[in-house]
Amino acid sequence: MKKPKIKSIPYEEFNDNETFESLVQKLNENGVNIVVKSLDDLFDWGRSNSLWPLTFATSCCGIEFMAVCAARYDIARFGFEVTRNSPRHADVILVSGTIVKKMAPVLKRLYDQMADPKYVIAIGGCSISGGPFRKSYHVVMGVDEIIPVDVYVPGCPPRPEAFLYGMMQLQRIVKVENFFGTTNRKERDPFKKEYEERSEKILASQEEA
Amino acid sequence: MFDFSVISQWLHNLLLSIVPEWAAILIESVLVALVIITLYAVFAIVLIYMERKICGFFQCRLGPNRVGKWGLLQVFADVFKMLQKEIIKMRQTDRFLHDLAPFFVVTASMLTFACLPWNKGAHMIDFNIGIFFILAVSSVGVVGILLAGWGSNSKYPLIGAMRSGAQIISYELSIGLTMLTMICLTGTMQISEIVEQQAAEGWNIFRGHVPALIAFVIYLIAGNAECNRGPFDLPEAESELTAGYHTEYSGMHFGYFYLAEYLNLFIAAGIASTIFLGGWAPLHIAGLDGFNGVMDAIPGIVWFLGKTFFVVFLFMWERWTLPRLRIDNILSLEWKYLMPISMANLVLMALVVAFKLYL
Amino acid sequence: MVLDYQIIAPADLHQEMLRLRAEKGMDFLVNLTGMDWGEEGFGVVYQLESTQTGEQINIKAICADRENPTLPTVSDIWDIANIYEREVYDFLGIIFTGHPDMRRIYLREDWVGYPLRKDDKPEEQNPLRMDAVPLSDETVCYEMGEDGKLVKRKNVIFEQDDYVVNMGPQHPSTHGVLHFRVALEGERIKKVDPVLGYIHRGIEKMNESMTYPQTLALTDRMDYLGAMQNRHALCKVIEEAMGVEVSDRVKVIRTIMDELQRIDSHILFFSCLCQDLGATTAFLYGFRDREKVLDIFEETCGGRLILNYNTIGGVQADLHPNFVRRVKEFIPVMRKGLKEYNDIFTGNVIARNRMEGVGILTKDQVIAMGCTGGTGRASGWHNDLRKLRPYDAYDRVDFKEITFEKGDSFARYMVRLLEIEESLKIIEQLIDNIPEGSYQEKMKPIIKVPEGTYYSAVEGSRGQFGVFLESRGDKFPYRIHYRSTGLPLVYAMDTVCRGNLIADLVTIGGTLDYVVPDIDR
Repeated sequence: MKKPKIKSIPYEEFNDNETFESLVQKLNENGVNIVVKSLDDLFDWGRSNSLWPLTFATSCCGIEFMAVCAARYDIARFGFEVTRNSPRHADVILVSGTIVKKMAPVLKRLYDQMADPKYVIAIGGCSISGGPFRKSYHVVMGVDEIIPVDVYVPGCPPRPEAFLYGMMQLQRIVKVENFFGTTNRKERDPFKKEYEERSEKILASQEEA
Repeated sequence: MFDFSVISQWLHNLLLSIVPEWAAILIESVLVALVIITLYAVFAIVLIYMERKICGFFQCRLGPNRVGKWGLLQVFADVFKMLQKEIIKMRQTDRFLHDLAPFFVVTASMLTFACLPWNKGAHMIDFNIGIFFILAVSSVGVVGILLAGWGSNSKYPLIGAMRSGAQIISYELSIGLTMLTMICLTGTMQISEIVEQQAAEGWNIFRGHVPALIAFVIYLIAGNAECNRGPFDLPEAESELTAGYHTEYSGMHFGYFYLAEYLNLFIAAGIASTIFLGGWAPLHIAGLDGFNGVMDAIPGIVWFLGKTFFVVFLFMWERWTLPRLRIDNILSLEWKYLMPISMANLVLMALVVAFKLYL
Repeated sequence: MVLDYQIIAPADLHQEMLRLRAEKGMDFLVNLTGMDWGEEGFGVVYQLESTQTGEQINIKAICADRENPTLPTVSDIWDIANIYEREVYDFLGIIFTGHPDMRRIYLREDWVGYPLRKDDKPEEQNPLRMDAVPLSDETVCYEMGEDGKLVKRKNVIFEQDDYVVNMGPQHPSTHGVLHFRVALEGERIKKVDPVLGYIHRGIEKMNESMTYPQTLALTDRMDYLGAMQNRHALCKVIEEAMGVEVSDRVKVIRTIMDELQRIDSHILFFSCLCQDLGATTAFLYGFRDREKVLDIFEETCGGRLILNYNTIGGVQADLHPNFVRRVKEFIPVMRKGLKEYNDIFTGNVIARNRMEGVGILTKDQVIAMGCTGGTGRASGWHNDLRKLRPYDAYDRVDFKEITFEKGDSFARYMVRLLEIEESLKIIEQLIDNIPEGSYQEKMKPIIKVPEGTYYSAVEGSRGQFGVFLESRGDKFPYRIHYRSTGLPLVYAMDTVCRGNLIADLVTIGGTLDYVVPDIDR
C-alpha cells in the first residue's frame, strides 16, 4: 500500500491509520493502471498542497480559524492561506461551528456551489454531533446528516494545532485519491436523491414558464 | 550591450534559406506566440509566489514553506489543482458571454504583455504608435470584466463589474495623461525608440526631473487602480462583494482572472520601468566611465526585470499597508485631484520641452 | 438582584407605559422577557430604567388566554421593543397588537409551534427541512378590532422593483451567519432588513431542563468574545439569588479576568474592522497581540476561547503561579501594540475617510434602541455598569468611562481602543494586591435557587449583558433569559445604514461590533 508522506509527521504518528487504510483499500479495489496512477499522483500532489478553504464560520470555531490564519499558527506555510469568500473558488469547506436547522439548507447550498473536487472538514463538537447543544430543538446533530464529511476535528473549539492536524489528515486522503479513476464519495451524500428530484422539478417549472 | 536582434536576424535568415518568406514569418509568429504564453505563465507563477512571500513578511508570517524548498513549488501545486477543477455550468446565465469574459481579460493582458521591451532588440510588438497600442489593448480588459459581471446574472458580480468599469475608465485618463507627458518629452511613441533614447541620454525620470517625477507618482497610483489591486481592489472588495466580478467563476476560468490580475500588475510595472526608468537601459552617470562600463556589462534583461520587480514591490507594499478606499473616494481622488494635476503637469512638461529645460 | 414588579392588566398597559415614559422619564427599555407561566397564562416582563435618575421599574403583563394570547405593543414607545416583541412572538406566540412587523425572527417562517411554551414539542413537529429558507417581502400587522377580534393588515418590507441584495448568511463581513437583506439604490442603501436565527441554538430552552451548574456551560458559547463576562453574569445572578457572598479574592480575580477578556474582545474588534476595511496587515498585528492574552487565559483556565472559569460561588481553579508575572509582562507589550495600531490604522487618511462621519447615531437613538456598551458611549450615553452600579472590585479601582459625542464610526472605533488602555489601568491597579482567600465557596452538591425572579447584569465587552432568572425553587431554572448585547446593535443597523453606501454597511457593522451567536442564543 502506498503511504502518503506528510512533511515532518511520519506515517505511524498519525492517529486513526486503520480508517485511512480501509479507505485506501476501498479506492484501489479494482486495481489501477500504472500510467493513470502516476498522473494521479501528480494531480493529487497539486491538489493536496493547494486546499483553499472557504471562509465559513458560524460560531466560536470560526474565531479559532482566524487564529490559525494569523501569525502564530500561520496556515500559509501549507499554502492554505488563500481563503476564498466565494464557494466557487474554494476546495475545502471547514464547517466551523454549530449548524442549526435554519442554516442547514444554506450550508448544503454552499456545498453544492463548490466546484469538484471538494472536501469537507467538520470542526468542533457541534458540527460533528451537535456537541454541547445535542439536546436543542434547533441544532443539526452533526453536519454529516447534510453533507459528506472527510475529516472530523474534535474539540470545543479545537486548538489551532488541531486545525492544522485535521488539514494534514485531509492532505493524506487527497494524496491517495484516484482522479482519473473513481472517488466514490458522491454516493455518500445523504440528500443527493431528494436534491436531484427537486432540481429536476425546478427545471421543469422553469421551462414551462 | 548585447543586441538581441542579432539572434532574431540569424533565425530569420536561417528560415529564409529553407522555406519561402511567408512560411518563415508564419513559423516566427508561432514561435513568438509560444514564447509569450510561456513567459506569461512563468511570470504569473513568480509573481504569485512573490506576493505570498512578501505579504507574509509584512504580516510577521513565514508564508508558504512546506511545498518544496522555501515553498517554491507552492504555486505549481496551485496550478495543477486549478487545471482540473470543475468548471461549473450555471443555468439562467448568458452562457456565451459568461464563458467569453475570462478570455477577453487574458487576451488583453497578453497583448499588452507582448509590447514590453525585454532587451535591446528583443521586442515582440514594436511599431511607431506603441504607447497608443498599449493604451488601446489594455482597456479591452474592462470589457471582459463588464461581461463577467453581466454574464453571471448575479448581484455581487454586477455591482463589482460596474464599479470596475467606473474605476478603470476614470483612471485610464490619468494613465493616458501621464504617458502623454512622457511622450512629450521623448517625442516618439515607439517603445523601442523611447528606450534607445533613454539609453543614450539618461533615464526619463532624471531627464524630465520635476514633471517626470510627478507623472511617475501619478502613474503609480493610477496603475495600481488599473490593476484592481488594493487599496483600489473595489471590484473584488472581498469584505463587501465576496469576490466581486469573478464570484461565479470556478476552475480555470477563475484561474484566468487570477493570472491576469497578477500579470496586469507586472505589465503596469513594466510600462512604468519602460517609460520612466529606462527599460533595459543601464544606469549611467555622466563622467564616471568606469562605473558606466560596469553597468553596461549587466545584460539588458536583468536591468529590465530588476526595475520592473522593484516597481512591483512598490505596488505590493502599497497593497499590504493601506485599507481599501470607498467608491466615491476613489472617483473623487481621480477626478478632483489626479486628473487636474496630470493636466497641469502636461503643460509643465510642454514648457520644459519647449524651453529645453530637460537634462 | 430580586426583581420587584407591579402587575398591569393588558388593557391599561399601553396607557400606563406612556405615562411612565413621560412622567418618570423611563427612556431605556433594558430588557423584555416573554414568559410562559403555565396555568396563569403567558406574559411579558418589562424592565425599564431612567437614564437620568437611574431609577428602575419592572412591569409584568399577563394575558390569561392561552389559545390566542395578545398584548398591546410598546414598540411605539421604545424603539427597541420592536425586535424584542418579535422575539417573544417567535418563541411564545404572543401577538402584539399594533406592532408593525409581526414576523418570526429566529425560526423559519414555516416553523410549527412556539418552542418556549412549556407544552410545545418542537423536535417532533419540525424535522430537518432542506428546502431554501422562505423569505417574504411582506409582513403583517395585527390590530384589535371593534369586536375584540384581531384584524390583519399587510405591510410591505420591500417593493416589487427594489434591488435587494442578500448580505449573508455566508458573507465575510457579517461576522458570522447574520443575514441582511439590503435594498439598494445604485450603491446607496435604502433599507436593511436583518434576518436572524442562522445560529439560533435554543440555549434558553435547553437551560430549562438543566441543573444550575450545567447551565453555566452554555454561556461561554454565546458571546465567545465575552466568555468570562457572560458566565460571570450568570454566576452573579445565581449567587445573589441564593445569598452567597464570594470571597474578596474571587471578586478581584473575576474583575481582572473580565478586563482581560475585554482587551481580548477589543483587539479582535480592531482586527476584524481592519480586515473589513481591507487592511489585512493590521488584522494580523491585532491577532499577534491577542495570542498573548490567550496564553494567560490558557495557563489558568485551560481553554483559549471557551474558558469555563467562573463557577457558582467562586472560580474553577486558583490562579496559575505564573499569572501575575505574565500579566505584568503583557501590559507594556499591549501599550506598545496600541501605539502600533494607531500608527498603521487610526492615523491613516483612508481609514479616517471611511469612518469619520459615517453611520451617525444620536444619543436619543442609542437610548431608544438600547445600544449599550461602546456604541452607546460613542454617542455620549454614560451607560457603563462598572461606573453606574459597581460590582466586584470595580468600586476600588480608578478608571475613566470613555465617551464621545459624535456617535460616528470613528467615535465607536476610538472608544474601543481607549477602553483597552483603561482596562490595562484597572488590571495594573489590581494585579499587585490580589487578596488571599479561598477561590471557591463551599456549595451544596445540589444547587437550588429560592423561588423568585432575579436579574443581574455585568458590563460585557459590547454592552450590558444581563441574565433574567425565574426560579420555582427547583434544581432547574424555570426560565432563563439573556439580555443579548448584540440584538439592539443589529436592530440599529437599519436606522444607521440608510442613505449610506454599501461599503459603509461593512464599516458600520464592524464598528457596532456584534457577535452573532450572542444575538441568536
